[in-house]
Amino acid sequence: MSQVGKAELYVKKIRNGTVIDHISAGYALDVLKILNVTGKETNTVGVVINVPSKHIGKKDIVKIEGGELKPEDVDKIALISPKATINIIHEYDVVEKKKVSLPRDITGIIKCGNPVCISNSKEPVSSLFHVQEVEPIRLRCHYCNRTMEKKDILKQF
Amino acid sequence: MGLCMSLAGRDIISIRDFTRFDIDHMLSAADQMELQAKSGSDILRGKIMATLFFEPSTRTKLSFESAMYRLGGSCIGFAEPSTASVQKGENLSDTVRVVENYADVLVIRHPLEGASRLAGEVTDVPVVNAGSGSEEHPTQAILDIYTMKREFGHIDGLKVAMVGDLRYGRTVHSLAYALSLYKDVKLCLISPDLLRMRHEVLEDIGRNIDFEEGKDLGKILGEVDVIYMTRIQKERFADLAEYEAIKGSYRLTQADLKHCKKGAIVMHPLPRVDEIDADVDGTIYARYFRQVWYGVLSRMGLLALILGAIT
Ligand SMILES: [Zn+2]
Repeated sequence: MSQVGKAELYVKKIRNGTVIDHISAGYALDVLKILNVTGKETNTVGVVINVPSKHIGKKDIVKIEGGELKPEDVDKIALISPKATINIIHEYDVVEKKKVSLPRDITGIIKCGNPVCISNSKEPVSSLFHVQEVEPIRLRCHYCNRTMEKKDILKQF
Repeated sequence: MGLCMSLAGRDIISIRDFTRFDIDHMLSAADQMELQAKSGSDILRGKIMATLFFEPSTRTKLSFESAMYRLGGSCIGFAEPSTASVQKGENLSDTVRVVENYADVLVIRHPLEGASRLAGEVTDVPVVNAGSGSEEHPTQAILDIYTMKREFGHIDGLKVAMVGDLRYGRTVHSLAYALSLYKDVKLCLISPDLLRMRHEVLEDIGRNIDFEEGKDLGKILGEVDVIYMTRIQKERFADLAEYEAIKGSYRLTQADLKHCKKGAIVMHPLPRVDEIDADVDGTIYARYFRQVWYGVLSRMGLLALILGAIT
């Protein structure tokens, strides 16, 4: 069994739900925040932090019993973990596996950190960022040209 | 972006949108305007420029209006947002969509960053950014570059000191971008720590040209061709004592200029407060008032280009 396979065993298999794998090491708790998991829910949630990974050195894994991810949540996860994979589990089997993908332009899912940016005003316009670096993430606001880094993005989740 | 892209109909939002070829094109348009300015011209007759100044700036507005009138065009606009529709809660996008029916070109000054970019996206009429927040002021950069071109005959190889508020001063951002399009330009960025140039700008210009940061103007005065002074605003400092402590070191007097390079020039986007002593005005170095004239010429050139009166 591969190392990755072993890592899976840190947390018991779930029957139905979602496994978010290859989360950048140290960001599992931020992923939970994105998913609004507070710990007060009744479903099973498994979190593994800093497990060895063949591909990315170390990684985090989040397993959630029941429920599906909303597309905007997947986009947010892509911002902080561009290599993350989403596995949909049905009856203990992976029925769908997809990589998150970071588009070249990010519209609407986060706000510009510059308080005097026009995209934060009452204008009928969504925020728009151009991706400059994927890992670690760096975005440039289309309107005010300021950069947003991972720490600025995390503040919004 | 093609090398021969016409400037007709284009927005002037950020220097970052242009190539060196474009900027050179704008500078030669300004050259063509000297004669037109003196003898009068009507190449823009029938054209209307609207100035939408959501933030007051009398000089910039006058400069644009003078440029438009000198080419035979007409001007409408407002400079007091309190009297304008803004007061009634109308947003910029709507204001622009209304005013585009009244004018052939819109000149916008706005306190929010990115405002002109947004305006340019909601209208087909060309939009000129006359200053947005502390972000950019591209036409000021073009007139600054034009001043250097006129005074030295070239921009490549110049060593330029920018002094004062490099963080909130919108003119310095645009000017740094513009200079970074040229070859072998060296920038000396002289400011107090608190007012250092933003890292976004440094990152962009650093890809193309050399720059060094420092706090002491005296150290580099003997090496630079251009001393570009800017105003340091008291309001930027939380601690007034800190302001009092540093303000003297960013002030230029006739005595300081004894140490400067032969042929060096002193520039300033104006208005100045006391960062250039009045005793500099009469020296062979002072160019800040001639810079105002170059400003009219370069804005004439820009308006003529984007309105398609010249190519
Ligand atoms: Zn912004």
